[in-house]
Amino acid sequence: MPKRVLLGLLLACGLTASALAQEPKTGGVINAVIQPEPPGLMLAMVQNGPTQMVSGNIFEGLLRYSPKLEPQPELAESWSVSEDARTYTFKLRKGVTWHDGKPFTAADVLFSVEMLKQTHARARNNLAQVDKVEAPDDHTVVFTLKQPFGPFLGIFEVGSMPMVPKHLYEGTDWKTNPYNNAPVGTGPFMFKEWQKGAFIRLVKNPNYYEKGKPYIDEIYWQIIPDAAARSVAYETGKVDVLPGGSVENFDVPRLSKLKDTCVTGAGWEFFSPLAWLWLNNRQGPLADKRVRQAIMYAIDRDFAKDVIWNGLGKVATGPSASTIKYYTDNVPKYPYDPAKAKALLKEAGYKGEKIRLLPLAYGETWQRWGEAVKQNLQDVGISIETIATDVAGGNQKIGDWDYDIAFTYLYQYGDPALGVGRNYVSSAIAKGQIFNNVEGYSNPEIDKLFADGAVATPDSKRKEIYEKAQKILVEDVPVAWMLELQFPTITRCKVKNLITTGIGVNDGFKDAWLDK
Amino acid sequence: MKQFWKSMLKSPSGVIGLIILLLAISVAVFGPMLFPNSPWRMVQRPFLPPFTLSAVPLGTDALGRDVFAGMIFGARVSLLVGLVSTLVALLVGVPIGAMAGYFGGKVDDALMRFTEFFQTIPSFALAIVLVAILQPSIYSIVASIAVVSWPPVARLVRGEVLSLRTREYVQAAVVTGQSNTWIILREILPNALSPVIVLASLMVATAILLESSLSFLGLGDPNLISWGYMVGAGRTVIRQAWWITVFPGVAILISVLGLNLIGEGLNDALNPRLSREGR
Repeated sequence: MPKRVLLGLLLACGLTASALAQEPKTGGVINAVIQPEPPGLMLAMVQNGPTQMVSGNIFEGLLRYSPKLEPQPELAESWSVSEDARTYTFKLRKGVTWHDGKPFTAADVLFSVEMLKQTHARARNNLAQVDKVEAPDDHTVVFTLKQPFGPFLGIFEVGSMPMVPKHLYEGTDWKTNPYNNAPVGTGPFMFKEWQKGAFIRLVKNPNYYEKGKPYIDEIYWQIIPDAAARSVAYETGKVDVLPGGSVENFDVPRLSKLKDTCVTGAGWEFFSPLAWLWLNNRQGPLADKRVRQAIMYAIDRDFAKDVIWNGLGKVATGPSASTIKYYTDNVPKYPYDPAKAKALLKEAGYKGEKIRLLPLAYGETWQRWGEAVKQNLQDVGISIETIATDVAGGNQKIGDWDYDIAFTYLYQYGDPALGVGRNYVSSAIAKGQIFNNVEGYSNPEIDKLFADGAVATPDSKRKEIYEKAQKILVEDVPVAWMLELQFPTITRCKVKNLITTGIGVNDGFKDAWLDK
Repeated sequence: MKQFWKSMLKSPSGVIGLIILLLAISVAVFGPMLFPNSPWRMVQRPFLPPFTLSAVPLGTDALGRDVFAGMIFGARVSLLVGLVSTLVALLVGVPIGAMAGYFGGKVDDALMRFTEFFQTIPSFALAIVLVAILQPSIYSIVASIAVVSWPPVARLVRGEVLSLRTREYVQAAVVTGQSNTWIILREILPNALSPVIVLASLMVATAILLESSLSFLGLGDPNLISWGYMVGAGRTVIRQAWWITVFPGVAILISVLGLNLIGEGLNDALNPRLSREGR
């Protein structure tokens, strides 16, 4: 028995020793894939997935989030909440400078809040409960809310609320500001160059406030438009990091088996991407709830998961992904049931009107998915015409409401008040945007539930409200929920510590290092 | 006419080409009757290799769709696009060439500069741009292929007309006071037709290739299956499933080859300078 204890002790020592051997090493260049090429890098203005992934390493927010979505210090080193849950005080880190050397102060925070309210639809939504923001001194910011807002500490992540340099943006036309093309942030990496169609190069910020970090010298975000070429680029060693979603799903198992390759599904907790079909509720057959329900019954979502996504992910039950707070699966269910779909269509009096389907131009997987859904819908007698377009063209059509059915996937940001309500409340209907209530669903009851849910206390009350909202939505089918997506990140095992937060690669290079 | 068929059937390449073309056309016309199911239907498990199940002889693609059905339906689209776009190109190119050659002078200059304008742009690049602007559909594809393929027709017809214009029988027609349209349509064009026919057969082949290339790049009509689409969609999985790309690729190869052989046969049969006895 004592022997065993000794053995255990030895083993424990061995483990600590090997852990110590994992002391981060400095230096090295990392090549990562970015897919598709981002439309821009100014995070305050553009929030596409690839923009967040690159620019999350240039800009910073006040807070970071652990994989369990607990807030952690970033530009704010500490924070406190008043008794009545209406005043949030943030102490900013001292000695932080922008990449151009100017100091970062509370004035920048105030400016960023004002700018984001105009340029960042989601930030505007998140900040709706904020009554005023004040800076009693250079390193303190106080947010005062109109009423308590449960998810407030969840809105400070870099993609949701990036800090913008006031001295470069104040008084300029934001849209044409030259720094949009060469963004200046406070983050661990500085923008160096962008060769369109080839790569985006970031270099280490030598004056970063966390001493010793970042460990990596340079990041090349390689732009490789062809999916097969991206897999090959990894196999031949041209790139070391394949962020989630950058290779086709059918390549994932093959690449995972390669030597020195590490795969993880972590790093998406904050986003919990959920894929669905926008159904244009405004016009034509889709204005009828029964037709929308028929679509849910007609689509074989298990097939999509098993075949198109290679078994990754989970069939969605409703507007919330199962990782989001207050999720419930106690809602009406829509199993694959073509007969039921046909009956509902008949009942709704659908007469074969042509319905346009807009797939997502994000690569092969999405194209195939579009074809499969089209086939499913045609099988129950819905007449579908696929519209071919690129990402920009698709965004434009969706923004103009010029579609009948359109593929999308959106992030949910941990709390229904942040990432779910925006897709269903009528106040979020606005032409020209592709993220919020694009389907044109309008239901006063839902509006009220989401309005109440955001500010209700305590938690049990919020839970009750959101569960009710989920039930109503699933019954109404404003959009057709497809899958909770899973995007595995594939890296060479020598890339260490890349994914440490709930947003993974998006702010991961701060901690990453290369084991040479 | 009899003479023509005789010499056509004498040329081995012409015969082989004709057989291939007839085969392809009958597949395109009758195939879909034998396969009532849509080629988009997911019928079996994905990535089923060929020659394992008799129901799907050429295997299935990434979604479990029947590759054989896709090839048969694809034949229809590929051939249709090839034929229709060539026809449209002829309808544009022949009148322009004929007018340029017949009227000469400023009309000729104007029409030929216009033609050259199209000839200076690389044709495939122009086709891509046109399809991208017009949104991919069978109509925009046919239109863009026609737009890039008519200039050679115009040049060829112009050359023929220029030489025929000075023949005595044409001048005789002018002297007897027949209208220009009549002379062009009845006297000149019929005699200028043989090289155009040869060119047209090659244009069909080029058009099929163009359509395949466009579909390969994802600019095909998303509602219609074509060989080019199949190759393009299967390309990314070629290491797991070669058959998805290889079979439609072979289909493209064979039909283009067939059309080229026909062109060669036609050339032999229609060229009066190649003495029929001598060959």
